[in-house]
Amino acid sequence: MTTSVLTPEEIIKKGKVVFKKTKLINDVPLSYCPGCGHGVAHRILMEVVEEMGIWEDTIGVAPVGCSVLAYDFMNIDMQQAAHGRAPAVATGIKRVYPEKYVFTYQGDGDLAAIGTAETIHACNRGENIVIIFINNGIYGMTGGQMAPTTLEGMRSSTSPYGRMVQTMGYPIKITEMVAMLPGVAYATRQAVHEAKYVRKAKNAIKKAFENQRDKKGTSIIEIVSNCNSGWKLSPVEANKWLDENMLDYFPLGDIKK
Amino acid sequence: MKEAILMKGNEAMAEAAIRAGADAYFGYPITPQSEVIEYLMHEEPQKRTGMVVLQAESELAAINMVYGAGACGKRVMTSSSSPGISLKSEGISYMAGSEIPCLIVNVMRGGPGLGTIQPGQSDYFQATKGGGHGDYRLIVLAPSTVQEMADFVDLSFKLAFKYRNPAMILSDGAIGQMMEKVYLPEQKERLSNEKIIELYGDWATTGKTANRERNIITSLDLKPERQEIHNIHLQEKYKMIEENETRYEEIRCEDAEYIMVAFGTSARLCQKVIQLGREKGLKLGLLRPITLWPFPKKPITDYAEKVKGFLSVEMNAGQMVEDILLAVEGKAPVEHYGRMGGMIASPSEILQALEEKLISNN
Repeated sequence: MTTSVLTPEEIIKKGKVVFKKTKLINDVPLSYCPGCGHGVAHRILMEVVEEMGIWEDTIGVAPVGCSVLAYDFMNIDMQQAAHGRAPAVATGIKRVYPEKYVFTYQGDGDLAAIGTAETIHACNRGENIVIIFINNGIYGMTGGQMAPTTLEGMRSSTSPYGRMVQTMGYPIKITEMVAMLPGVAYATRQAVHEAKYVRKAKNAIKKAFENQRDKKGTSIIEIVSNCNSGWKLSPVEANKWLDENMLDYFPLGDIKK
Repeated sequence: MKEAILMKGNEAMAEAAIRAGADAYFGYPITPQSEVIEYLMHEEPQKRTGMVVLQAESELAAINMVYGAGACGKRVMTSSSSPGISLKSEGISYMAGSEIPCLIVNVMRGGPGLGTIQPGQSDYFQATKGGGHGDYRLIVLAPSTVQEMADFVDLSFKLAFKYRNPAMILSDGAIGQMMEKVYLPEQKERLSNEKIIELYGDWATTGKTANRERNIITSLDLKPERQEIHNIHLQEKYKMIEENETRYEEIRCEDAEYIMVAFGTSARLCQKVIQLGREKGLKLGLLRPITLWPFPKKPITDYAEKVKGFLSVEMNAGQMVEDILLAVEGKAPVEHYGRMGGMIASPSEILQALEEKLISNN
């Protein structure tokens, strides 16, 4: 009996290419946990930048948090901002480069706790930028502490008996808050934990960059995501938990368009 | 021939920023420097040169706007006063770590806390020894006239870009608020992106083109081995700045038996003290550091062999005096005289302190 072993190149040759990684995602290992939504969010963001042909004119701002190293993965010019200050940093870039495309990529602690003032005022000035806001209801990077978006009763290392709203406050719906501001052109909440949501999220990101091109004002895209490490669940269980718990409080869809 | 005009220090500095070809100013009002942003908003430099002026929602936002625009390779500045600089210190540390050139102006008032709105010099430590976290240095220039408020803007930008390092003008409420004769610099053109790259290299985030690798502006490196290499690089740069950029002025030091060391408003007072002292037969001189960092250590060390003592005159409890003590190396007596809380000493009071501390005690 003879066996033939195919090389990876031969396997690719035999098959039909149905999916290709965008050239704007670098060939380096991602630092994210298996099952984390950041990888998909990074990919669709960079796919939009590639499809619009604007990578030479795009400057990104990475936050503090799990995605602090986003600049390692995205093959464009990027800056890393202090915790919460990304919308102010993006303002500085956009004001001296009004013709460039500028986006921030921020988590819930960064955008909705320590950076609340910068978020609200960048939106209030209608800064012509795109804000990508990953909401997974927890601080992942520092090891699973309570976030401003942690749900009532949800456990974290700083709410070990569950978030008690009487003493810890309520999970904040900041996308709804900034949607009220006249400077905001587009506010939407999306998800990436299932294929059916990914396409919609990508379309939303595309619309946001088109808004920037057309100088319409601030676009904010919240992506409700998972954190299986922080939530102490398997990747599959985390996605199920997201479906069953997060989306009731943080319903998907356009808030302002 | 250039014509002298009468102008407030804060306004002369704002006008000098437009004329230096600055690309952007981001600020937040605070006494005693609000005239800077008021003047810029009134002048509409967007129409004159294309310079951006924006009032941020806080000092935190302002300094981070400077970070973003500065990391694009642009000539960007902000100004504030003591409590505001404390808020900006996080961003200043990030810019030092990320090596972003920029200009920060501190028109000092008395502290600590909300303190007072009257002039002070109690942010010397903050400006020269850190302020924010981490091992970093700012290039710190101390103007003592309205003319220097204007002249140091362009100089600060030049130094900041030469070394890819934040520069600070450390002024005080007296210099910022007083009106004085000033010759304004000629209008310079704002630099094009091509010119910035030609002069200072292609390090900024200008959009990744096919002919270069992407440019990343960050102060983060999670690998301690690499972060240490970065720190060593910074320290080597600081050493180079110390060797090349130390600036100071000497007044009547050649035959002085006692040298006062003072900057900014205090240095102006000391010029009168020299006159009063010499009328009494006391050979006084003044050594005025123009760069507070790098500090003019060498001339002080040299004079320590020749003079009978040094008096540090500051509007604080004694901050620069520590650097003088380090420079003197125990070779001569070093004393400090200062008023605090927004109070300014009179020349006769300084002379009396000098006589009591350095002469009567000898």
